[in-house]
Amino acid sequence: MTLSNAPQQQPYDGPPDYRVVGRHGVFPETNHDEIERINFLAQMNRHLSARVVPGVRAAYEQRVVPAFEKAQGRPIADRHEARRELLEDPAFRLWSAIRRMTMEQRQQAGRWTAIRQREALAQKAAELTDGDDRLQLDPTLAIPRYVSAVDHHCMPGSYHSEYFPGDVTNGANYDHGGFVTTAGLLGKYSDGGGHAVVNWVRRNLKDFAPKAILEIGGTVGHSSLPIAQAWPDAEMTIVDLGAPVLRYGLARAKSLGVDNVRFIQASGEDLSRFPDASFDWIQTTMFLHELSNSALANILSETRRLLRPGGVVLHVEQPQYTPDMALFEQAMRDWDAYYNNEPFWSRMHELDLDQAMVDAGFEREKLIHGGVTGVVDKDLFPDAAEDETEDYGRKAAWHVIGATV
Amino acid sequence: MSIADAIADAGAKPAGKRPYFLDEEVESILAITMAVAQELAVSRQRVDTLERLLEGKGVLSRSEIESFAPDPAAAVERALANQEYIARILRIVQQRNEAADLKNDVASEEVGSEIGAAG
Repeated sequence: MTLSNAPQQQPYDGPPDYRVVGRHGVFPETNHDEIERINFLAQMNRHLSARVVPGVRAAYEQRVVPAFEKAQGRPIADRHEARRELLEDPAFRLWSAIRRMTMEQRQQAGRWTAIRQREALAQKAAELTDGDDRLQLDPTLAIPRYVSAVDHHCMPGSYHSEYFPGDVTNGANYDHGGFVTTAGLLGKYSDGGGHAVVNWVRRNLKDFAPKAILEIGGTVGHSSLPIAQAWPDAEMTIVDLGAPVLRYGLARAKSLGVDNVRFIQASGEDLSRFPDASFDWIQTTMFLHELSNSALANILSETRRLLRPGGVVLHVEQPQYTPDMALFEQAMRDWDAYYNNEPFWSRMHELDLDQAMVDAGFEREKLIHGGVTGVVDKDLFPDAAEDETEDYGRKAAWHVIGATV
Repeated sequence: MSIADAIADAGAKPAGKRPYFLDEEVESILAITMAVAQELAVSRQRVDTLERLLEGKGVLSRSEIESFAPDPAAAVERALANQEYIARILRIVQQRNEAADLKNDVASEEVGSEIGAAG
C-alpha cells in the first residue's frame, strides 16, 4: 500500500532485504529476528568494505609504507612483509578484529537457525531423498587434513561434520547464511557463480553439447544446478567430501525441480569409481583454494583422466597474485588465509596454475583463461560487474582457468 | 531439544586457533559489544515492523510517533528513565570515581590477612 506520509524512495546501494532470497524444500525457516540478524551482518560486511577498508588503505599508504621505507631504506618487498607491517597498524587491527567478529557472528546466527530446527530439516531431507540412488554416501570416506585441521571460513564443523544420522545442519547453515558474506552478490539461490559459468560456456564454446558433467567440491549444488538446468539433456554429477551438504543438496535440487543431478560422497583426489573419459565437462567453483598442494595436483590429474576427447575443464577462482597486483591488495586478499581459516588460500593464489595444469597432462596451447562476474536477478540483487566496492577475496568477480582436451 | 542444542552449540568455536588483533581483553569486550549492537539492530527493525503493521491496520500513524509530545508528567517519567538507564550502564565509571576519592580503601584480601593475623 502507498502511504500518504511515505517519503520518496531513496537512492540505495547495498544488499537487498534477505526476504528476497529463494527458498526451497529444505531451506530453514527464518523468523523475523533471524532475518534481521542476517540483514545486519550483510550490512556490516558492506560497511566494512565500503567505509572502513578505505581507511586501512590510507593507513597503509600514509603511515605503514613511509614508516617502513624510512626505517629500512627500501620498499616493502612482498605481500608477507606488507601484512606483517599492517599488523602493527591500528587501522588494520581494528578492521581485522571487527571483520573476524562479523564472520563469527554470521556463523553463530546461521547455526542458531539451522540447529534449532535440525530434526525437522533432516525429516524433510529424508522425505525427499530416502531410497533415491542419486544420493550415494560413503561413511568410510576419510576426511583429509586440509579440510579437517581448521574449519574453513570459521564454519564450525565444516562441510562434513554430522551431528546425528541423516543430519543436514551444516548444509542448511552454509546455504542460508552465505548471503551475509557476499552481501547478496551471489543472487537469489546463491547461484550467481553457476549462472556466470553457463553464460561463459555459451559465449565461448558455442557448439559444446555436454552429456556428462562433473562438479568437484560442489557442496549443496549452488553452482551446479544452473549448469544442470542449462543442459537438461546432460547428467550432472556433484561430488563432495561432506555427507550433510550432499544430502541437503539432492533434497534442494529435487524441490527446485532439477532432476538431472546426482550427489556422490567422494574425494576429488580419488575418483576411481569413474572410468577414464567419463565426462565432457568438469567444473570447480571457488574450490581450489580449499585444497593442498598435493590434493590440487591429484585433482588436476583426475580431471585430465576423466575428460573425454573434446571435453573441457573449468576452474572458477579468485584472481591469482601477479606482479601487477599491488602489494596492499595481495596482503588484504591474504587476510582470509591467516585470519579466516583458509590455510591454502595464500599459497594457492601464488601458484603457476598454467604449469600445474601442464604437469597434470593438459597441453599448454589448449589452456583457457577468462573472467566472469556473478550473474543475478538485477531487479533484486546487486550486480558484481557494476559494484565498485572491493571486499578482498569475497567479491563475485572471478578468474577462469581451464583447458580443452 | 533443538533449542537447548542451539543455545549450547550455535556459538561453537571453529577448529583452528583464533587470532587476536587487539589486546585479548579489549577484543573480547568489543566482540560482546558488537553482538549487542547486532541485537539492538534486530530490536530496532522489530519496532519498525510493529509500527508499519499498526499503521497498515489504521491503529496509528507513524507521523504521530514523530510528532509525539509527552505531557509534562510523562516527560518527567521519561527523563527519569533516561537518567536511570545511563546511571545503570555507567556504574563502572561511578565506582572508579568514588574509588579515586578514597584515601584508605582496602581490599577484602588485605582485611582478611589483617583480622586473621590479629585473631
